[in-house]
Amino acid sequence: MTAVVPGMAGAGKGAPAVARRRGLRWVTASGPGFVLAVGVLVLLVLTAVFAPLIAPADPYLVDLSASLAPPGPGHLLGADDSGRDILSRLVYGARTSLLGPLAVVAISTVVGVAVGLVAGWRGGWVDAVLARAQEVVFAFPGLLVAVLAVAVLGPGQLAPVLAMAVAFVPYVGRLVRSLVMQERQRTYVSAYQVGGFSSFTIAVRHVLPNIAGVVLAQAVVNFGYALMDLAALSYLGLGVQPPTADWGAMVSDGQTAILEGALVQALAPGVAIVVAVVAFTVVGEGVADRLARRETGR
Amino acid sequence: MARFIIRRLGGLGVTLLLTSFLVFGAMHVAPGDPASFLLKGRSPTPEAVAAVRAQFHLDDPLFVQYGRWIGSALTGDFGRSVQFRQEVGGLLAARLPTTVALVAYAALIMVLGGLVLGFLSAMRPGPVDRVILLGTTVAVATPSFVAAIALISLFAVGLGWFPTFGGGEGVLGTLRHLTLPAIALGLSLVGLLARVTRASAVEELRRDHVETARLRGLPESIVLRRHVARNALVPVVTVTGTVVSGLIVATAIVETAFGLPGIGSMLVQSVVTRDFPVVQAICLLVVLAFVLANLLVDLLLPVLDPRTRQYAP
Repeated sequence: MTAVVPGMAGAGKGAPAVARRRGLRWVTASGPGFVLAVGVLVLLVLTAVFAPLIAPADPYLVDLSASLAPPGPGHLLGADDSGRDILSRLVYGARTSLLGPLAVVAISTVVGVAVGLVAGWRGGWVDAVLARAQEVVFAFPGLLVAVLAVAVLGPGQLAPVLAMAVAFVPYVGRLVRSLVMQERQRTYVSAYQVGGFSSFTIAVRHVLPNIAGVVLAQAVVNFGYALMDLAALSYLGLGVQPPTADWGAMVSDGQTAILEGALVQALAPGVAIVVAVVAFTVVGEGVADRLARRETGR
Repeated sequence: MARFIIRRLGGLGVTLLLTSFLVFGAMHVAPGDPASFLLKGRSPTPEAVAAVRAQFHLDDPLFVQYGRWIGSALTGDFGRSVQFRQEVGGLLAARLPTTVALVAYAALIMVLGGLVLGFLSAMRPGPVDRVILLGTTVAVATPSFVAAIALISLFAVGLGWFPTFGGGEGVLGTLRHLTLPAIALGLSLVGLLARVTRASAVEELRRDHVETARLRGLPESIVLRRHVARNALVPVVTVTGTVVSGLIVATAIVETAFGLPGIGSMLVQSVVTRDFPVVQAICLLVVLAFVLANLLVDLLLPVLDPRTRQYAP
């Protein structure tokens, strides 16, 4: 179909193949910090997927005789106040701590892209109504929406994830809207319009692939923020419930042990959160920078 | 200018109306009968349910209930707390000073730290810039509860400089008790603001008008103050305005971590006990703070940047 418009073939296609070919060079060309961050992310995902193979012990095995055991050969990072192996809980905690943000980012990106695409493409009153609705959502910080949702639906992972997804939609929506408005000025869009393609086809088949990179970069950054906020809710006892291994809940569990001088139980999951969020931010912003530079031709 | 302010006020009024309705309506989409929440699990007799429904006017249409609630909220009457069995207004008034002091303290840390680090980073490319960039990247990624735990471990338990828990007595005692919480609350925003300031100042330093000012022989301090800082502050003010409400919500985390008796820790307790009148009142306050902060930014920007006056709709 694309061949109908001369010279337009591949305007929105071919990019994935090129990205694959250039993939590795692209990563290494972005500096050592970026490479390190990508490595950390890969490691995190592998840890979460293969948690049962990696964890040295059962993360739920209570052994009160090992309560607050210092790091040693039996427990590499020591044991928590209930005598559970901290390293194993960290490894299993990667699962809950990454699954929640993944759901948030998936939902908010799909909805945000739809909203932004419609607003940017249609303009006019549709855009005005959507902008007003997003401004209302903006007035609620993500954490507040989540707290409100927990008040209504009860503690657990469901309410915070849904709430954070809603709270993130305007960020994605505004980005996509501005990208779409730039993109529709391009000549290839008018060429498709002259070629008789429907708005829907042009927007979804041709404009969307062109802005996908920037949107994905934003999604990676959002992943980090969602991870932070969901961990905070679990820390407050409103998200993931004990005894499930989760980084935020682990920090909360470990807070009393700090007063007894046992720092690892609370600090280890805290460090895990910071490292994960830094990695997501660096990768997301790095990709966005590269895309912006390519766009301006520098 | 007056028309611009009126338009913005109107827009913010609509936002406030919609958000307050969402806050109020949230209770009514909760699964189950609001009356059974208010009775909290006690096996309710039909008479008790009827009494509660009458007391909270639950049989009226939603809009009528909302009108009554927002009307009395405007006079400071938020109803009675189910958990504490007291007027919500009085409960909030007792806890608000702690939270306001904490937010103000954290905002001060955020603005001072963010501006100093940001401008320093922009002005000193090389090692200084790289160290600050690394530090702020980590700071932005540090959730306030992790910062709280780290600060407690180091300064309260390890060195014993600050208390681990609770609010203090008197001005000095309060300051001492609020220092670690304020740092924990402000840390990630110091990072954010420093990065925004740096990006904005770096861009401004590259502009032709800065070069022109230097070539005209103006002292560097005047160039930096009048030509770089003033222009660079525009995005900084915008960002500060948008994060203030987030700061208030984040007090929930920090106050819980440090056991401070403010409205943030009260919000968490009230959510756990499903004390809806308190949750609604605090949510309304946060949204109000957001709207007011944004209004303040809108009024401040034309002062900083006269161009926004000219092109204001």
